[in-house]
Amino acid sequence: MSKPVLSARNLTKRFGGLVAVMDVSLDLFKGKVHGVIGTNGAGKSTLTNLLSGDLPPTTGSIFYKGMELFDLPQHRVSRLGIGRSYQKTNIFPAFTVFENVRLAAQALHQRPFQFWKRAGSFADVNQITERAIHAVGLSDKRKIQAFAMSHGEQRQLEIAMCIAGEPEVLLLDEPLAGMGHSEAERMIDLISRLKNDHAIMLIEHDMDAVFSVSDYLTVMVNGQVLESGTPERIRTSDKVQQAYLGYGEDSHV
Amino acid sequence: MNFKITTRNLLVAVLLLMLCALPLFAEKFYVQLFSKILIMGIFAMSLDLLVGYVGLVSLGHAAFFGLAGYCAALLSPQYEAGNFFVSFSAAISICILFALLTGVLALRTKSFYFIMVTLAFAQMIFFIFHDTKIGGGGDGIYIYQKPLLAISGITLLELENFKTFYWFTFGWLIAIYAFLRILLQSHYGHALGGIKVNEHRMRALGYPVFWYKLSAYVIAGSIGGIAGYFNAIQFGFVNPENISWHTSANVLMMVILGGMGSLHGAVFGASVFILLQELISNESMLGSFASHWSLMMGFFIVAVSLFLPNGLTGLFSRGSKK
Ligand SMILES: Nc1ncnc2c1ncn2[C@@H]1O[C@H](COP(=O)(O)OP(=O)(O)O)[C@@H](O)[C@H]1O
Ligand SMILES: [Mg+2]
Repeated sequence: MSKPVLSARNLTKRFGGLVAVMDVSLDLFKGKVHGVIGTNGAGKSTLTNLLSGDLPPTTGSIFYKGMELFDLPQHRVSRLGIGRSYQKTNIFPAFTVFENVRLAAQALHQRPFQFWKRAGSFADVNQITERAIHAVGLSDKRKIQAFAMSHGEQRQLEIAMCIAGEPEVLLLDEPLAGMGHSEAERMIDLISRLKNDHAIMLIEHDMDAVFSVSDYLTVMVNGQVLESGTPERIRTSDKVQQAYLGYGEDSHV
Repeated sequence: MNFKITTRNLLVAVLLLMLCALPLFAEKFYVQLFSKILIMGIFAMSLDLLVGYVGLVSLGHAAFFGLAGYCAALLSPQYEAGNFFVSFSAAISICILFALLTGVLALRTKSFYFIMVTLAFAQMIFFIFHDTKIGGGGDGIYIYQKPLLAISGITLLELENFKTFYWFTFGWLIAIYAFLRILLQSHYGHALGGIKVNEHRMRALGYPVFWYKLSAYVIAGSIGGIAGYFNAIQFGFVNPENISWHTSANVLMMVILGGMGSLHGAVFGASVFILLQELISNESMLGSFASHWSLMMGFFIVAVSLFLPNGLTGLFSRGSKK
């Protein structure tokens, strides 16, 4: 098997007395989707925050292509090639869709010293921007201010911003939440296409979606890994059955 | 860039021409009053870069104004004119240094704390000049002759001439306006805009937010220093009042008056502020009431803030937008 692009070893995160993530290890491989499921409060978003550099782990280590990321500021982690989307939409509401995504694309090609050139005049950045907007299906909304769009469209924008940074690792925190049926289908389709040249971690409540697109699954409960393995193995696991009885049915919104 | 002939552009062109021609027909008093407005316009634009474009509210911006002023005074010999290039570059260098030193610390704080820390740094500079003899203590220090703008003995501009001085500051205002305008439209400027709206997401996208803020703080401080330098040589006098929190608060009021996040708004706010100050502190017009000018100014600011959330420039742009 090839080497993991991103791997976490024994990650633990405490918030005061609360242990949100406890001794979690996982590997993300290029060309694979690693699904992470678990009830609310299981620590999935916190795990994402640790991997993306939003938060430092209390203990444990993270390796990107074999290099340990130790105390690296978030923007450095991001520019290494670890991109993420947020569960709670985290955009620039007053900016247009284009400008939101353009800022994400610009991050890779920051040119603070070419201050006499207009931000919109860099062909490479504009091209990446257009591609990302097209990929999530927002092309006809490019000029609309982000706050004026529906919740589902803002979720699509969130993903466009994530991929415009051209990361190698995608950490997607509940990308389908709040999307309509056709939007969600489009997104699953996009994720399976992105899979080819990305290592993806997908947190998702929609069981059908996550089982269909994932190559490997990790089930979290109370900050800990309850079980991990291929989708078939998770589906038939007794432990998961016990912890999740009926959970799959409730979650179909 | 393409310029269309619209009523608005025509009005701006006429206004600029009139401002340019002002020394040709106006009395000395008014030319000097307008020089002061131009200088405060530069000062207000520099603070607006922080407040309006990065979202950093500073209540210590006068530190740069005062430091550069003192630098101009201390580098002017008593019986002859100093060298403009020397004292000007020294003043700006001091401001850059001060911005770097204080910015590294102040920018680790946010919102309310940033206001307090910037205020505290400015107060430190205030007390250094107020309580020591470096710059004449509380009485301040005079600049007897304006610095000489000359290259190898050939005088380029006669700054002692009030008309020349006016045009000189006018040129600086236009240049700084253009520089900031271009800067704000660049990658750098757009990144600042993103930081103002959502700093966290900018970091997640891969922007070194701290360095963007620090550089903006340094640019704002240096331009604030340019204003302080010209202010000092115009009046030939610097005192601790230039660094006091009154000065910081006044320039913040100019920015708010004009409408935050608009460069011409900042200049407009400065004009209104200075003219109003001139008007309501004029004893021949308002009698003893004039001594309460800051009270009246206060009411005016409150009224603008309440009824014109986008400042005075909001009055004009309301028609054109939406
Ligand atoms: N910044 C924080 N400070 C304190 N507690 C937090 C913080 N973030 C998350 N938690 C807590 O950690 C636990 C895990 O939360 P989270 O990672 O958001 O779970 P999930 O995404 O699986 O729903 C929850 O109990 C939550 O309240
Ligand atoms: Mg979550």
